[in-house]
Amino acid sequence: MLTRWPLLITIVLATGCAGSSSVATKPEPAKDSTADSISALRPQYASTYRRHQNPPVLIRNATILTAAGPEQANASILFQDGKIVSIGPNLTAPAGATIIDGTGKYVTPGLIDDHSHLGVYSAPGTFAESDGNEATSPNTAQVWAEHSFWPQDPQIPLAIAGGVTVIQALPGSANLIGGRSATLRLIPARTVQEMKFPGAPYGLKMACGENPKRVYQNSGPSTRMGNMAGYREAFIRAEGYRRRWDNWLKDRKGDPPDRDLQLESLAEVLRGHILVQNHCYRADEMVQMMDLAREFGFHIRAFHHAVEAYKIADILARENVATSVWADWWGFKMESFDGIPQSAALQQQAGVRVIIHSDDADGIQRLNDGAAQAMYSGIQAGVPVTREQAIKWITINPAWALGIDSVTGSLEPGKAADVVLWSGDPFSIYTRAELVFNDGWLLFDRNDPKHRPATDFNLGVTDPGIGQ
Amino acid sequence: MNRNVLAALSALTALTTSTALAQTIAITGGTVYPVSGPRIQNATVLIQDGKITAVGTNLTIPAGTTRIDATGRTVTPGLLNAASNLGLTQVGSVDATNEGNHSGDLNPAFNVAEGINPQVVNIPVARMEGTTTAITRPGGGLIPGQAVLIDLNGDRIEDMVSQSPAAMMIDLSESSKGAGGGSRAGVLQRLRQVFQDALEYERRKADFRKRDMQDLSAPAAELEALLPVLHGTLPAFAIANRESDIASALRLAREFNLKLVILGGTEAWKIAADLGRAKVPVAVYPLTNLPSFDGPGARSDNAALLAAAEVSVIVVEAETGGPRDLRFAAGFAIRNGLSWDDALKAVTLAPAMAFGVANRYGSLEPGKVADVVVWSGDPFDYSGHAEHVIIEGKDIPMTSRMTELLERYRHLPPSY
Repeated sequence: MLTRWPLLITIVLATGCAGSSSVATKPEPAKDSTADSISALRPQYASTYRRHQNPPVLIRNATILTAAGPEQANASILFQDGKIVSIGPNLTAPAGATIIDGTGKYVTPGLIDDHSHLGVYSAPGTFAESDGNEATSPNTAQVWAEHSFWPQDPQIPLAIAGGVTVIQALPGSANLIGGRSATLRLIPARTVQEMKFPGAPYGLKMACGENPKRVYQNSGPSTRMGNMAGYREAFIRAEGYRRRWDNWLKDRKGDPPDRDLQLESLAEVLRGHILVQNHCYRADEMVQMMDLAREFGFHIRAFHHAVEAYKIADILARENVATSVWADWWGFKMESFDGIPQSAALQQQAGVRVIIHSDDADGIQRLNDGAAQAMYSGIQAGVPVTREQAIKWITINPAWALGIDSVTGSLEPGKAADVVLWSGDPFSIYTRAELVFNDGWLLFDRNDPKHRPATDFNLGVTDPGIGQ
Repeated sequence: MNRNVLAALSALTALTTSTALAQTIAITGGTVYPVSGPRIQNATVLIQDGKITAVGTNLTIPAGTTRIDATGRTVTPGLLNAASNLGLTQVGSVDATNEGNHSGDLNPAFNVAEGINPQVVNIPVARMEGTTTAITRPGGGLIPGQAVLIDLNGDRIEDMVSQSPAAMMIDLSESSKGAGGGSRAGVLQRLRQVFQDALEYERRKADFRKRDMQDLSAPAAELEALLPVLHGTLPAFAIANRESDIASALRLAREFNLKLVILGGTEAWKIAADLGRAKVPVAVYPLTNLPSFDGPGARSDNAALLAAAEVSVIVVEAETGGPRDLRFAAGFAIRNGLSWDDALKAVTLAPAMAFGVANRYGSLEPGKVADVVVWSGDPFDYSGHAEHVIIEGKDIPMTSRMTELLERYRHLPPSY
């Protein structure tokens, strides 16, 4: 589900472009002088992403995991102008194509991490880079992660070297409602606007459980029931705000309602334009949150850190809510005490859209390892998972959670050339990403130091062995 | 801690192996990696009374022996986690379950043994992944205290503690700066003062008792506890990441004859030749590659670069995944250039040697404690897993709280 920039304008102009899945288009010019004087109707930090020009690429004789069908042995993949052209046994290279021998190697879609704090909690990790939690009020729906994002975070090249092409950069979990996330192409850039994934909807970070009640224990909420009351109060106010704006937007007569950034984000959730990304560990709390969503008529797109999701896999499958989980994190707090390594496999079996996420600048470098650990943990315990299923956990499923699955997340003709060539089986610990193409752009080549992006911070400070 | 209790614990550890359930077990037909010697195909490991009695081919297996068919399987020593908090913590964010941190920043007499809870749920989880022994350690401050070696088997502290103390923790990283007045230079000055005072105290105990000497920088019990470190008999397990901090540790070790082992060693690769010459083992976290001011030169091939400089490499795991990923930490070191054999050694014999327990642990040799793991395949890759974990000769049940949760929720809704 792709929406156009800026989101509020989408509502006004949606009739002209409903269902469009095209990449970013510039907001249409304001139609009258009233609109021109209203900030809500003007561009809102639009994406300036431009695809990098590259020659066509043909990778031959590799094993291809497409995330859209069966594993293909001895197959080739051709991509050109940022798009996948074809996948099959015998492809011919167009003139000027770079031809890569994939013998003994694997090709997968670029990996997508739907839970990252890169750029908002940047290395070297001093207070100066701590920009992920606006922990000043339980509801900060008004803040946008992209306004914290530092494109020079030296953790970014390491994630690229791990085969990651797209991330959702989220605010932290201190607050009930932490703010808007940003879906970004993981590319070298001077500004976050250059990285913003064209047409991707915003996410709204919400957090259940221990974190908000710990952070606000003195001023409230200090209990889980306080948490629930906090979400409900926020959305009740958003309902009125949405109504006032929608009424005004019908004919734009008279003064528009006062703009409120906090309520604007929440109203966009109610309209279905912003996807709720909900940090929530415990099974019973996830069900409470699905009831909350029912009360206000929205849908939770994904539960993140959903450690206990395996306990309610049947319910999550029925409700079509994705779950983002770790393969191995558990036990560091009470709400993670019941983590088990077979969680992803059990959920897969029940039909849940499972995602392996990182929440971590280390883990993001090894999303395929997380998928492998979770897959084999299931297989070894008699909960079978196929490789075709497990590759989806780190590609097309997170793409769905971010609302960009029509553009990326699987290797299919016409989709973005987000492609990784692995030295071997991506579900083996010994395998490394060799080549990483982001929208057709060769960003990382393990065997060529010229293709190892370094950030400004790296220069003169860190070792040149970055990505090694 | 009362030193008499410590002494009692140390004395008890000598008995621990004989308290294990005596089983005679023959692990037959597997590919055996003794670590102390080359791989042996189709070999048998014979275990009696908690000890390994024979390793090799064509062994005579006594009547009544329990056989484990390891055909097509990999057999290794149990893994030794050299830097854990097993038994000392259960839920990181819950103080009620944490025993590893003593207030104050100079606690050489603080020994964690009696803080161990043998019932913590993460011990079965760790041993199901092939870890059979662990150094469990205190944290916080400049000298956090004494770490001990435990067997991951036993219902009582006395059954578990195998070497106490096993090491003196010292923190030379950024996190101990506060103990030095905010400067690394202060940290080193304070350490030297305490070390010198410990030696002065040892020389002039009579004067000390008569109060016929100047004030010392720490209470007598703390200074006394440092003496084995200053005699070079108790390893100084020093957290140091920045090249300059590792160099400081080496300088201290030279000045005071410390038996030094580095923990962390993010930039150890930069000073690998010095570490190799000084024969200082380094325990690395192979996943560490994020730049910080405590280790801007972090790189994933640290372990491989150290091994190339003939440094004895120990592999340890970060604890975010709970203490169950040690074998994968070794796998990551291999991914980044360490040889498979060196990686196996880095989680078995190398730490056993560094902490002076290689006479009992770390390899499959007659006379050693029978800590043996039978793996379905490669211990270090996701496709492999432990099928049998034998600790002190006991074939451990492959169950944990996690397997109980799995069985409860395998089919939904659960039947309570």
